Amino acid sequence: MVQSVSPPAGAPKPTTNRIGLTQADYKGSASTLCDGCGHDAISSQIVRAFYELGVEPHMVAKLSGIGCSSKTPAYFLSRSHGINTVHGRMPSVATGAGMANSSLHLIGVSGDGDTASIGLGQFCHLLRRNLSMIYIVENNGVYGLTKGQFSATADYGSKLKSGVVNELSPIDLCGLAIELGCGFVARSFAGDPKQVVALLKAAASYRGTALLDIISPCVTFNNHEGSTKSYKYAKEMDVPLHELGYIPFFEQITVDYEPGSVQEVELHDGSHLRLKKLHTDYDPTNRLMAINTIQKANTDGQFLTGLMYIDEKKKDFKTIMDTVDEPLVSLQENKLRPPKTALAAIMTSLM
Amino acid sequence: MVSTATLDSAQASSKSRIVNDFSIQVATVNGSGSQSSNNILMRSIFQMGVPVSGKNLFPSNIAGLPTWFTIRVNKDGYVGRKKEIDILVAMNPQTAREDVLALEPGAVSISPIEFKLNEVRNDVIHYLVPFTELAAKTTENIKLRKLLTNMLYVGILAELLEISEKEIERSIHKQFEGKTKAIDLNQNAVRLARAWTKENVKKQDPFFIEALNKTQGKIIIDGNAACAVGAMFAGASVVTWYPITPSSSLCEQLIDYLKEYRIDPETGKATFAVIQAEDELAALGMAIGAGWAGARSMTSTSGPGISLMAELTGFAYFTEIPVVVFDVQRVGPSTGMPTRTAQGDVTSAYYLSHGDTKHIVLFPGSVEECYSMAVQSFDLAERFQTPVFVLTDLDLGMNNWMADPFVYPDKPLDRGKVLSAEQIEKIGKFERYKDVDGDGIPYRTLPGTDHPLAAYFTRGSGHTDKATYTEKPEDYINLMNRLERKFNTARTYVPKPEVSSHDNAKIGIIAFGSSDVAVKESRDQLAKQKVPTAYFRLKALPFTTELKSFVEKYERVYVVEQNRDAQLRDLVRLELPEYATRIKSILHFNGLPIDARSITDAVLEQEKSSSKKQAI
Repeated sequence: MVQSVSPPAGAPKPTTNRIGLTQADYKGSASTLCDGCGHDAISSQIVRAFYELGVEPHMVAKLSGIGCSSKTPAYFLSRSHGINTVHGRMPSVATGAGMANSSLHLIGVSGDGDTASIGLGQFCHLLRRNLSMIYIVENNGVYGLTKGQFSATADYGSKLKSGVVNELSPIDLCGLAIELGCGFVARSFAGDPKQVVALLKAAASYRGTALLDIISPCVTFNNHEGSTKSYKYAKEMDVPLHELGYIPFFEQITVDYEPGSVQEVELHDGSHLRLKKLHTDYDPTNRLMAINTIQKANTDGQFLTGLMYIDEKKKDFKTIMDTVDEPLVSLQENKLRPPKTALAAIMTSLM
Repeated sequence: MVSTATLDSAQASSKSRIVNDFSIQVATVNGSGSQSSNNILMRSIFQMGVPVSGKNLFPSNIAGLPTWFTIRVNKDGYVGRKKEIDILVAMNPQTAREDVLALEPGAVSISPIEFKLNEVRNDVIHYLVPFTELAAKTTENIKLRKLLTNMLYVGILAELLEISEKEIERSIHKQFEGKTKAIDLNQNAVRLARAWTKENVKKQDPFFIEALNKTQGKIIIDGNAACAVGAMFAGASVVTWYPITPSSSLCEQLIDYLKEYRIDPETGKATFAVIQAEDELAALGMAIGAGWAGARSMTSTSGPGISLMAELTGFAYFTEIPVVVFDVQRVGPSTGMPTRTAQGDVTSAYYLSHGDTKHIVLFPGSVEECYSMAVQSFDLAERFQTPVFVLTDLDLGMNNWMADPFVYPDKPLDRGKVLSAEQIEKIGKFERYKDVDGDGIPYRTLPGTDHPLAAYFTRGSGHTDKATYTEKPEDYINLMNRLERKFNTARTYVPKPEVSSHDNAKIGIIAFGSSDVAVKESRDQLAKQKVPTAYFRLKALPFTTELKSFVEKYERVYVVEQNRDAQLRDLVRLELPEYATRIKSILHFNGLPIDARSITDAVLEQEKSSSKKQAI
């Protein structure tokens, strides 16, 4: 029943994707965030990525916690079910939803407060389980909805508008994720749509938890001089590790690059991620290199973006749990309720 | 050698035989492996057709602290805790003195000779046994000797009480299923002890087991296992949990059952997912996620877990997501008494969370109901799209109870109001939170429903009928009133109370859960003292209309419960403020399961003061 909302008569036929839907079919309701918020830029890239991938909207489930970032699932994919859960608890709700219906594409949106403070525990255990989902942290270093308090990802020495300086160590979510065994770890910047969309598509093709830590400036509370999460700072300091190209499984692969200049990674659904090397000889499949590079960048105050780490061989949670191929929600009573003979056997064993 | 201290009073009591009506308490050290011996003893009595129950009173400890196992044998089927101990097996040197001092005069004490308990008291019947010497004859293996010592007291009791040798052997076989070496060793130990007793002990106590036919066709099961069986036959497919005493064995046993009966025969894969969460918050979060996605989901916990689940419970209430929470209640704080029973989560479960919340709560009163209400809880959760709490307690959940075999569900699963793509197409619209049928229960769709109108955004914040964001006062009032309407509809769906009455009853008793056995026994005791009673056993919250028609009939109504604050009494008073003064309270909160004698004494005491007041 995939169908596009039909355009008015006489209007030019809009462009559609491979399943016949327009980009409008992937949009959400109007954003209520501040003008210029990084989060809205990310929402647009989510719309674009799912449209271009041709994912059926009804097979997507959107999840979030609490905070500015967590409001955004209302602003994209209105034809997908969504759930705005409890502060810091989106990972557990996602885990239950994903185990109940493994055919859904889960996309979770969280913030730095929701993930790195109140939800740090659930975030860690989500990564350990490797539930198949895209987990986006819209990271701006402050609590927006409660008016600008520091979050746990605020960099050491970063300044609030009021002049207060952060003297606590920041939590590096990418470094932590690699430590916890996450098999898809990326960092990006809301101001780099090209990179964000490529990472989103790659994440959608990955089976397991794909973490996207996206610096997404808060224009109201953390976009000033002295902030390390402002547009200006991110733009100036952004050092992409590589240029990302995503070739979906439904498109033919062409080879048009010099041997050795590009690293290709095949993803679970047959899509490919093409990493064109830039300044460094960075290999995102090398876990130790990834950890070292992140540590060094943090020490040097560098803002590295790109695919930090990938392990496409890790088992996802459904595989570990060894559940039937069909989603558990689709099982009917004959599979859910064992027969009378089963109860009789149990009763006999208790006599 | 053996000595049996004899006494005038003890001898006097031994003149009449006391058959199938007494209690045995085995005092051991935690971790000494007495559990299997106690089970064998209990099972053998059960197999002789005599009603029996077993209660394990254990410390919050893995090994070393004292533990007691109490067996109640009762021909009339009273299997609640008996306050007095008739036969003590004092195997724990730490507590032996205290244990023997707690006995009533004339009771029996079986103890290792070296404890010299006969020097502590001379008004009980002592059987002093050279356990160490006998154990040495059971095996060469010193480690095993400790375990087999437990089988020695089984043998001694079997000989003294005349428990059939055949039944002891049968239960040993059942206990050690197929482990030939263990079976031989244990049987040998029992034989050795029997022979020793025959030769050396002159029976002076009046207690005997005689075969009856009152347990034929019955099963023995603990409440947690019964809940697990129910959950499996309810079709639970996402099960989440975090270990906590006394609920852990619910999910652990459920895992075993699911692995046996819910593996797809064609693929060998699971038709379920059991997830051990990182904490209770995550456990409930996962269950809610699964319920939202359309799976039958559950978690099990105890009081402290319920506290942690408060926020997410409110979320599920407001967003209307089905989920079942088993709460095996225990004494409150996390440390100290987590292994002791209580019914202290009644109000916290009923009102759990922020804002205006109230929930459907089921109170199984037996292991049969643990099973049947577990099945029903999933139907209620999906029908009402809301969290449903099943409140048992440690006594019901972790102790072994005799029961009739469970009956296979006679109704198909009730999956509630879920719209498919085809149905939406036919109706032409879908509004998630609209009260279409006037019963307060809206329709829902599941993620993955292939229709452009199926999707909605679930939010804990203010939402309209169409599930859109709102902060309008009228929208909030509309939502809250509909939730109230839905809750009132639940009053007609939850299990009705069990009500019974003696002729000419002037007073009523209200109780729930594991108190039932003790209340039933107490009512018989009261009737013998010419105090006929009526009984209302509550099975669920919200209250049904039966509550009022019960309370209005009696001059005084005693609410019996195992907590300090009279939690259910307060709820009854809130429900029926016009009768508040006639609603009295009987409380029991010492960590031990409630017993009949305590209820009877409390009723008589309060009745006495009421009649005094009337006289004035």
